[in-house]
Amino acid sequence: MLLQVENLKTSFHTRNGIVRAVNGVSFSLEKGETLGIVGESGSGKSVTCYSLMRLIPQPPGKIEGGRALFDGIDLLNCSEKQLQSIRGKRISMIFQDPMTSLNPYMRIEDQLVEPLLIHEKLNRAEAVNRAAQALADVGVPDARRRLRSYPHEFSGGMRQRVMIAMALITRPELLIADEPTTALDVTVQAQILELVRRLQKEMGMAVIWITHDLGVVAEFCQRVVVMYAGRIVETAPTAALYRNPKHPYTRALQRSIPALQPKGAELFTIRGLPPDLSRDIRGCPFVPRCEFNQPQCENPVSLEPVGEQHCSACVRVQRKEIQL
Amino acid sequence: MPAPLLQLIDVKTHFPVERGLIFRRRIGTVRAVDGVSLTLNPGEIVGLVGESGCGKSTLGRTILQLVRPTEGSIILGGRNLAGLNGRDLRKTRADVQMIFQDPYASLNPRMTVFDVLAEALLTHRCIPKSELYSRVSELMAKVGLSPKALRKYPHEFSGGQRQRIAIARALAVEPKLIVADEPVSALDVSIQAQIINLLGKLSREMGLTLIFISHDLSVVKHISDRIAVMYLGRIVELGPATQVIERPLHPYTKSLVSAVPIPDPTRRRERIVLSGDPPSPLNPPGGCPFHPRCPWAIADCAKIVPQLEKFDSAQEAACIRMKELNGPAASS
Repeated sequence: MLLQVENLKTSFHTRNGIVRAVNGVSFSLEKGETLGIVGESGSGKSVTCYSLMRLIPQPPGKIEGGRALFDGIDLLNCSEKQLQSIRGKRISMIFQDPMTSLNPYMRIEDQLVEPLLIHEKLNRAEAVNRAAQALADVGVPDARRRLRSYPHEFSGGMRQRVMIAMALITRPELLIADEPTTALDVTVQAQILELVRRLQKEMGMAVIWITHDLGVVAEFCQRVVVMYAGRIVETAPTAALYRNPKHPYTRALQRSIPALQPKGAELFTIRGLPPDLSRDIRGCPFVPRCEFNQPQCENPVSLEPVGEQHCSACVRVQRKEIQL
Repeated sequence: MPAPLLQLIDVKTHFPVERGLIFRRRIGTVRAVDGVSLTLNPGEIVGLVGESGCGKSTLGRTILQLVRPTEGSIILGGRNLAGLNGRDLRKTRADVQMIFQDPYASLNPRMTVFDVLAEALLTHRCIPKSELYSRVSELMAKVGLSPKALRKYPHEFSGGQRQRIAIARALAVEPKLIVADEPVSALDVSIQAQIINLLGKLSREMGLTLIFISHDLSVVKHISDRIAVMYLGRIVELGPATQVIERPLHPYTKSLVSAVPIPDPTRRRERIVLSGDPPSPLNPPGGCPFHPRCPWAIADCAKIVPQLEKFDSAQEAACIRMKELNGPAASS
């Protein structure tokens, strides 16, 4: 077991009250595994991963509880020093918008060698060699010359490659990818997915891929976690989740994407809006929008096994009352 | 065959690139739209797809005359919009309306929904003031919003509801044509479905003619009658929506379709991964603009600029190897 997250709770203390962005999330990850975290905006998928890296601005954010064991070290409660030996070295992260995560004033050479100088105590010349190699590995042509460029001199796809090179330069055991291809064109997205898949195979690292695109998950991930309103509503191996979803929310999502429906057919729509997370939600958060809801759904729910490696937080599925 | 509603004939929109603070000199031209011809029939939905920078948004804006074309004609209901100016142009503005991508940016935060919708009606003097309220309420109902919300401000609505308001605003002046530029790209999956359903319903009920610009092939396939695929300012393939996605002719369309991940782990398609980024429209390659990235390119591709040619009665593509790569046309 590479990573084990237990009952993670993160909230934001705002003027409008306490927003419980992540509310009791537990999952685990094996070495070399690819896990997809799917959810709509506000479902808490990004906050979950930012919490693991302790990148949540505190205040207003606060990690209220839980544990995240990475190789025996609790990421949520370890010392800052211990965390620094892991973050950017054994766990790396790539973000949605490369332009906001690369420093526009620094040549990419200086940004690429930074983790090597800090974590591996290499001298400058060695570090630059490694940086050129890393850039070549992600398919940036003419890598050595391109090291001298600034971020704005790259196209969107190339910038994302630079960020991946930066994240992978220390050969991490876990890569957390927060919607890194959402802003890219499909042809470039295909290149990036191919690239991460190849590097993953070569380096044997585990990947957490955060996305709202069910297509990317289907192609790329072995296991999926579906989040809604700060909780996990379903988790399963990818094939099982798509063939046989066990939560009404997952099923509704599937029915609302045009790619899986006959052309021109009326798409299924989820009525209503996601809940206001500053209110206390006792039962299942999906109740007001669910077509199968019953009074019993207002009672507290938990994620329970409903099949092989397949867990659902729907009481009615757990009791085998409904078939989706 | 009814008379076409909109006819684009060899439309070109070029932007000059200038350098120098005092003595500005032209150092190049961005050929954002570079010779597009397209005909739209009344009641038709045409999807415009392509990667970022291919000129699909510029083409949409050119049709609205938000950007003036450098060359070519844009004939709407018998009038060439490209040749109009001043008062004549203003009169035609109500004929074409636009829906933008970001409903957070396209609605004035200081105007109530009533003001937003009434402004369009009053500017174009569509109806007497006395009927304003009833007309605006009717528009709200049409897009699935409660007329009770008329006095609210945009920030009180969710993203999906805001996009509904933007659609109501476009419908207000009863345009002949609506250009929707990525209208669902900023929305979550479940909300996206609502807006797609709404546009589909409006087109069936009102016979709306729509140009639907998007980079999302599955959405475009779902809603459009025909699809035009753009690359570097030109249409490289045009045909019925299902056919273009399921049997693409042009190598670019083939690779685009193959790059879209399928949300079903049991279905896989062979992927053609393109190398490199789309070239800059500032300095497009000679010959076929796609040849440097095309896996099937031959020497001639660098020399001959391919034109759209019919493959069968409905589908056409701009590739000199079209017949060779796709076999004989199905008898039709």
